[in-house]
Amino acid sequence: MTLSARTRTALRGAARFLGEAGLVLWAAVTLAFLVLKAVPGDPVDVMLGPLSSATPEARAMIRADLGLDKPLPTQYASHLGRMVTGDLGMSYQQQRPVSDILTEQLGATMALAAAAMVLAVVLACGAALVTRRGWLRGVADATELLAVSAPVFWTALVLASVFSYQLGWFPIVGGTAAQRVILPAIALALPVAGVLAQVLRHGMDQAESQPFAVTAMARGASHRRLTSHHLMRHGFASTLTLSGFLFGSLLGGAVIVETVFARPGIGRVALGAITNRDLPVVMGVVVFSGIGFLIINAVVDVLARAVDPRLRKAADA
Amino acid sequence: MRNVALALAAAIVLWLGVAMLAPAWLTSGDPLATQTSAVLLPPSAEHWFGTDQSGRDVYTRVVYGARDSLLVGLRAVAIAMVCGGLIGTVAGVAPRWVDRIVSRLLEVTMAFPEFLLALLVIAVLGKGANSVALGVTVAIIPAYVRLARVTARQLRFSGAVDAATILGVSYPRAVWRHVAPQVAAGLLGLGIVGFGSAIVTAAGLSFLGLGISPPAPEWGVMMSEGKNQLARAWWITFFPGLALAATVVAVSTLARPLQRRLATGNAHD
Repeated sequence: MTLSARTRTALRGAARFLGEAGLVLWAAVTLAFLVLKAVPGDPVDVMLGPLSSATPEARAMIRADLGLDKPLPTQYASHLGRMVTGDLGMSYQQQRPVSDILTEQLGATMALAAAAMVLAVVLACGAALVTRRGWLRGVADATELLAVSAPVFWTALVLASVFSYQLGWFPIVGGTAAQRVILPAIALALPVAGVLAQVLRHGMDQAESQPFAVTAMARGASHRRLTSHHLMRHGFASTLTLSGFLFGSLLGGAVIVETVFARPGIGRVALGAITNRDLPVVMGVVVFSGIGFLIINAVVDVLARAVDPRLRKAADA
Repeated sequence: MRNVALALAAAIVLWLGVAMLAPAWLTSGDPLATQTSAVLLPPSAEHWFGTDQSGRDVYTRVVYGARDSLLVGLRAVAIAMVCGGLIGTVAGVAPRWVDRIVSRLLEVTMAFPEFLLALLVIAVLGKGANSVALGVTVAIIPAYVRLARVTARQLRFSGAVDAATILGVSYPRAVWRHVAPQVAAGLLGLGIVGFGSAIVTAAGLSFLGLGISPPAPEWGVMMSEGKNQLARAWWITFFPGLALAATVVAVSTLARPLQRRLATGNAHD
């Protein structure tokens, strides 16, 4: 059977993605194992907590149960085996499977991240389109610098102080789900929007000076059409390299924002697990982070193809 | 307009420097002194930034907090520049297979955001100021390795190193003369910008209760303490956060012309 060039390229792309995915997941799982092993002191003591009165015999039994008496390579192998089957272990604190705890909380964090992302894209597009020239540009530059520089926990607290306590528009407790997500989403979106707007505007400026922009104008395209059909497209293509930054801001920001606004979610679970040294949950968050990163990368890849025709050509060739 | 911004930024950085080295020059108060008769007072001529729930002067605490809040970032960036620079440069000039391994590892670190890496270090070591300092350092190192590696690799194949070795200079010496200086210049630029995000990460971790414990006047801790008073006293959280944001804005404002100078300096070499 002969494959067309197109299928072969697609297969090669898929193979590359799977290779990268395997590497990231292996790294996540190994990092999780190293974290568990790097913790000073006896893992069973950590697990039981300082207040436990378990006898040394009982501790030895738990150790044997968990396979902690076996040599490290054996432990690593069984750790890998469990992770492959999706078993992330049991939470020390809650005595429930980690995967259950995390999937329960995933929805809340995804809703928050999605709301923040939509808001950031809208804000960034608006800012980049309206403030390309004149005195507005200076204002936008300063605002964006502030949005990027201000710590998320500060903006979150300022928003809560003004809109929840002073004005009473968005109550911290009660209110509808939509009301509860607005302030956290704004806090999370502002730094992302600042960076996106800067990159978008820079990309549009660069595209404008290229020959195709002049050609389009010469063919009689209005300035509006040039912006909407050509410059925006180029601007977007340049923002797509930011996937790593976006992912980091959203996940790192979620830990803080969820704490400030007392929202459920992965970030809060992670913080609780770190405070209580509930290591299986911490490990689970690491693995989830790896998976989340892969999904974002895949989405960005698809978007890049949709936005930038040159990439499609390269794939077809 | 540009010069006004630069002057303002320089003034803020100068103020921060004085606050770190000689806080007593900026305030006569004691950051830990409580005063039960002056609890939760709003900003006034007497208490510029108001007072907190224990009657401590918020302005005095912001001034004294500069040292703990900023040192952690300075240290993290300095260590990251040295360690990241060494690893990255070695990977950049090493045989291809070493570089392959390092760059694969670097790709993988992208999947774990800086904040998560810092949290992991704290999960291993337990809470505390030292864990936060180490966590921030570990978290930012990959970015420095990445930059050093790319710069070193470009310079390695620019011809200067080959020319020097053909003329009889040893390979390490050629790297030291022709690669290291520009890698260092690039790292310095990254370090200035990275300082801002390092102090924000560190303060964020303290804010979450993972770093220095109260009543230390560290900006993140102050905001964490003031969080519960938000309904009654916005100033306890507002001013430490403003100090943090102002620091980052001032440093990035000063960094832009500096970076440009570093970049053009490279072009002349």
